[in-house]
Amino acid sequence: MLSTNRQKMVGLIGLLIVLLAAMWMSIVCGYTDTSWRQAMAALIDNNGSNAHLVVATVRLPRALIAAVVGASLAMAGALMQALTRNPLASPGIFGINAGAGFFIVVMVTFFSISSLQMLSWIAFIGAAAAAAIVFVISAAGKDGLTPLKMTLAGTAVAALFASLTQGMLAMNEKALEEVLFWLAGSVAGRKLELLTAVFPYLAAAWAGAMLLARHVNILMMGDDVAKGLGQRTNLIKAAAVLLVVLLAGGSVAVAGPIGFIGIMVPHMARALAGVDHRWLLPYCALLGGILLLMADIGARYVLMPREVPVGIVTALLGVPFFIYIARRGIAAK
Amino acid sequence: MKKYITVRMGKHISFFYDKKAVAVLAALIAAAVFLFVISIGSGEMRMSPLEAAAALFGYGEEIHQTVIVTFRLPRVLVAWMAGMALAVAGAVLQGMVRNPLASPDVLGITGGAVAAVVGFLALFSDENNSLTVSIHWLPLAAFLGATAAAWLVYMLAWKNGLAPLRLVLVGIGVSALMQALTTLLMITGPIYRASQANVWITGSVYGASWQHVSLMAPWVIGLLLVAMLAARHVNVQELGDELAIGLGGAVERQRLGLVLLSTALTGGAVAFAGGIGFVGLMAPHMARRLVGSAFGALLPTAALLGGVFVMGADLAGRLLLAPTEIPAGVFTAAIGAPYFIYLLYRSRKL
Repeated sequence: MLSTNRQKMVGLIGLLIVLLAAMWMSIVCGYTDTSWRQAMAALIDNNGSNAHLVVATVRLPRALIAAVVGASLAMAGALMQALTRNPLASPGIFGINAGAGFFIVVMVTFFSISSLQMLSWIAFIGAAAAAAIVFVISAAGKDGLTPLKMTLAGTAVAALFASLTQGMLAMNEKALEEVLFWLAGSVAGRKLELLTAVFPYLAAAWAGAMLLARHVNILMMGDDVAKGLGQRTNLIKAAAVLLVVLLAGGSVAVAGPIGFIGIMVPHMARALAGVDHRWLLPYCALLGGILLLMADIGARYVLMPREVPVGIVTALLGVPFFIYIARRGIAAK
Repeated sequence: MKKYITVRMGKHISFFYDKKAVAVLAALIAAAVFLFVISIGSGEMRMSPLEAAAALFGYGEEIHQTVIVTFRLPRVLVAWMAGMALAVAGAVLQGMVRNPLASPDVLGITGGAVAAVVGFLALFSDENNSLTVSIHWLPLAAFLGATAAAWLVYMLAWKNGLAPLRLVLVGIGVSALMQALTTLLMITGPIYRASQANVWITGSVYGASWQHVSLMAPWVIGLLLVAMLAARHVNVQELGDELAIGLGGAVERQRLGLVLLSTALTGGAVAFAGGIGFVGLMAPHMARRLVGSAFGALLPTAALLGGVFVMGADLAGRLLLAPTEIPAGVFTAAIGAPYFIYLLYRSRKL
């Protein structure tokens, strides 16, 4: 673990370099391998040739989206794990993915909307709606927002939305065809405009998370201690939930539901940078971006020449990790 | 007046019943029979309950008899048995894990069956979407998938014993893995196969035949009897590890047996009725509210409730948007998830 602030700063810069390298690989590797010289030329002086077109309209947006979405999901995961004080929590537990999926399927089924731009806004609204429902359910009752209530309410709401989505798809083959790829989570085939539409919200949430970091540190000590120290815990929790919604909702809007990044990355970041959220959150952002970029590159090669949705790759990576944490967590108790 | 009735059979079997439980059981049996008669009488060809009952026993119009005996009866029976099996599997798991969240769906057992079925459809289909092997092997695939997933969960959760919470967490992980595999298989295949698989995943008893019933009945009924015999072990397990060991129970061995039992029950149900969700979660909770948590009364109550749920869901799916059929699993989820939230909301402890 990196202990002094200076070491942590160096680590951060190192990760930034890795992230840039991963983005570069993401641009260069794929079904049509591009030489780095060609890629460079395409970015600086695009002559409209086929190879340059692939780089500028397909590979570059894809790399940017993967980096931004990975970073956002990882930060959302770190906030979720702090909020619920549960090492296995992730935005998916708040029903965010299931809510987005449900809204999208409803819109596709009943209103025949199919433009990706529209769908991404619907996904965002669905994610926010699901999170709001979970928040209200878990805040109701005597003792307020306890971590356990949040987790259970989230699981139930997610299960409800997932089942209803499944049911609608079972009766509508056309909708299934349109949303199946989306439902698996993918950063492929998205236009850059999709990212630029959501990016301001994500960037604001990144800044907000950094501002909130020291309050989250206090919250981690437990509700009673935090209250004793004069923190308005419910306000901080509400702010953190809002940030999670922005981060995870924005991600799901661009890339569909991509799981396990939010679970895995905070653990890796904690191993590197410790539990102080002022360092943890930027580490999460960089590591998340790197992981999703790598997963996306892997997704191109698994079933070449077909692509596997990156959400499946992250699940295949994430499940062993999840089980490892679950096994370790119980033993430590 | 004594409040309890004790039933003893030989040395190893004993139950005790609250008097209220007997009344609840009687009421549930009546409800199940009522729903059964309504259900076989409803659908595209309507009959009054009286006509349906008459046709069932070989009287009444010939066409009624044909429709009921060949189409509706097997379907309703499969729904009934699937509901019972899932509910008992859930009750056993919840008792053993001492966690109200445990159910075959949460533990990844259903997920394993689903992945296996989608894999089966992908593996044995030719370009024209016709299966190269008989569709009758599909239940076997589902069953094997359920068993494989349960085995995986059990092995991965084992660490000097089986801590219930670890079992649930590992189960959640394995079920996510199965879901990813399912999506992968659906995406790599042609779309009509994905659609076919999706109906099955949601859970439907559409197209059940007598062959299904004859395969399913011995399995489910036999296992339900085994579950009744194992009830006293669940009672002990529910007290917590320390007490259970203190009482002289072979805790881990019983736990393995109980996991096997609920896997076999789930596998049997899922194999013929698909991934009908929430029954294994919901029925045991309701049963506990009705008759308390002594398993002698809890298991039959949960079983009957589960049967009523799935039959009711199937009936609603047939009638609501007729002639389009809605898979039964949609209704069990639509009722089950809000009920689950209500449970959370009500429970003070959380």
